[in-house]
Parts: sequence; structure tokens; C-alpha cells
Amino acid sequence: MDIQNIHPLVIFFAAITTNNILLTNFLGMCSFLAVSKDLKSSMGLGAAVIFVSTFTAPLNWLVFHKLLVPFNLEYLQYIAFIIVIAAFTQIIEMVIERVSTLLYLTLGIFLPLITVNCAILGCALFLVIRQYTLMQSIAYGLGAGTGWALAITALAGIRVRMEKKSKVIPELEGPGIALIITGIIAMAFIGFSGIVKIN
Amino acid sequence: MSTGPAKGMNALKRMLWDENPVIGQILGICSALAVTNLVKNTLVMCLGLIFTLMMSCLTVSLLRNVIPRRVRMIVQVLVIAAYVIFIKIVLDAYLPEISNELGPYVGLIITNCIVMGRTEGYAMGNKPVDAVLDGIGAGIGYSLVLLPIAMIREPLGLGTFFGIQVLPSDWTRWNMMVIAPSGFFALATFIWVVRAFKTSGAKR
Repeated sequence: MDIQNIHPLVIFFAAITTNNILLTNFLGMCSFLAVSKDLKSSMGLGAAVIFVSTFTAPLNWLVFHKLLVPFNLEYLQYIAFIIVIAAFTQIIEMVIERVSTLLYLTLGIFLPLITVNCAILGCALFLVIRQYTLMQSIAYGLGAGTGWALAITALAGIRVRMEKKSKVIPELEGPGIALIITGIIAMAFIGFSGIVKIN
Repeated sequence: MSTGPAKGMNALKRMLWDENPVIGQILGICSALAVTNLVKNTLVMCLGLIFTLMMSCLTVSLLRNVIPRRVRMIVQVLVIAAYVIFIKIVLDAYLPEISNELGPYVGLIITNCIVMGRTEGYAMGNKPVDAVLDGIGAGIGYSLVLLPIAMIREPLGLGTFFGIQVLPSDWTRWNMMVIAPSGFFALATFIWVVRAFKTSGAKR
């Protein structure tokens, strides 16, 4: 099937489950492992990632297809994407800071972290490689962000409980056991592959 | 380290074991998991990262007195991105197949936390020679983790090594080893083994 004909909704669900950006593409691992110790910040960071990926995906699509392709500057895509993402997070951070202190404290403090989150840049690179249309990239951005948020919330929930209830071998404590748990979550997500599949 | 930043060859050496970026600082995990199902891709990725680290540490260190503090992050990212574009172009020209398979992961060297961590944490405050050694050390330290993992995953998963059949052809492939979850398990096991070594070394 031609990729342009895939319904955006299919892409949305595939991005959450079978093509989960964290569990199958391993993007955004650094902040995933560092922040997932605590449930509340995990949800905050997850929300921020959903927000940023939903908006930067179509922005990057526009920059790539309307600005870089007409001038044959595709090789500049990395720099263009990184500038779009950095500028977007910077502007949103300033806006949020002005508008609401509460929102800033729950969402805003995570925005600088997101500039170097590879999940956001990965999103932009995938939508170029897979040749999505504008609608499909919005769906993909939203889906990838949601999938990432889902994974980090799940891991944080498990880690918080494990800390209280169980003992881990000292050498595996922290990142080691977090990786193993993530591996098991990833196996569970493979179970979705019968439902939707995109490449 | 409490005795101030390491200089010279020490800057390189400490990155290999004591302060290994992947095992010690848990940085650069994304690509450590994603490309390690094939030895060939891993090798290309490691060489790319060593090159990027070396060149961006050098550039940032040379420019360290010129870059205004407020915009230093964005300057560093742009320096890194420039070198990554260079790698991408070279790969596309000489190894188009591998470039295709690595897909977005070459571009993602830009957001690889190791590069950013070294330029921000070391190159911004040290002389070019030390910065280059530090960068090379971090790159080699990264490769020292990725290559063994790839060398375990590829033979078990596909029965091949560097694309050449090494195990008997009736070898039952562990498909598990080349798909996503095993990446997590392999890296966790590796961290476990290395930390066990470190603690037993410390006891002695």
C-alpha cells in the first residue's frame, strides 16, 4: 500500500503502539531513564513531549517541504530541524512563563530538557524518511508524543512501587533494572503488532 | 574527580573505564540500543561518533572564549550538527546501504547526550588539545560498550558476524536478539557485569 494513502488515524495508533518511538526506536532514552524515578515529573515531562512533538512535527514538515525542497537544500535538514525545535521550545517557555505560573511549574521547567530530547528530532527525521503528508505528520507527532508519555508513565509507576516493595541486586539498581523493566514493557507492546503495522 | 579536570592523556584514559559515558553516566543510550543488532552498522556508528566528538570538542574549545555564555548551547548544537551533516554526506556517497539502514540514527548523533555533555562539560573550559583527547576518549569508551553488545546480538540473532555466516546453518536463530526488547536486556546485562567487576575491584 502506498504510504500516502494510510489514514492519519492508523498512523496515530501505530505510533503509540507498534511503532512506539521509545520502545521500538529507542529515542528519548536519556531523559526517560533520568526522570522516571518519580511519577509526577514523568507525567509533566510526558505532557510537555506530547505538546512539543505535536506542534514541531507539522512545523518541520512545512520547513522541509516548503523551504528546503524548493531550493534543493535537503542536506541542511538537520540544522533546520534543530533550530525549529529549539526556537519553538524557547518561545513556548517564555509564553507559558508569562501566562500562568502554575502551568510553568508543571510543564515549563521541562521545556529546555526537550530541546535535546532525541524523540522530538527523531519524529522530524522519520516523517521525512517515511514521506508523510502534512496531516499524517500531525497524527504521527501526536501519536509519537503520546506513546512516549505512556511509556515513561508506565515505567515511573513500576519503579516507584519497586522501590517500596522489593530489593534489587545492588549492581542492577537504578538504570540497570529500569532497562530490564523497559525491555519487558517493550515485549508487551510487540503484542500489539497484530493490530496495526506501518513501516 | 575531586582533583580538578583531568589533563592530557588522563582525559582520554578515564573515559574508557572510570567515567565511561555509557556505563558510568548512562548517556547516549538511544543509539547504543538501536544500532547494536548488526556489527557492521555499529562500527560505522562508533566511527561517526568518535569523529563528531573529536571535531566538535576541538571547535568548541577553540571558540570557547568567543561564544557568549547565554547562547552557548545553541552554538554547540550548531557546531555538532555541521559535523553530522558532513558524516551523512560522506556515508551517502560511499556507503549508501549502511546509511539507509542507519536511517535517522546518523542524524540523531546531534542529540546524542554524550557529544553535548562533552562539549558543555569539558571543551567549554579546557584547552583544544585536552578537549580533543577527552572527545576521542569518550568516543572510544562508547565504542567499547557498543561493539561487544553487537558482537553478542548479531551472531545469536542471525547466526552471522559482520554479515558472514559463522554459526552452522542449522542454527536456530534467536529472533528475540535482533528485535527491540533484547536491546534493553543486553545493555542492562552489560551494565550489571561491568558494575559487578567494578565493585569487586573496589573491595580488593
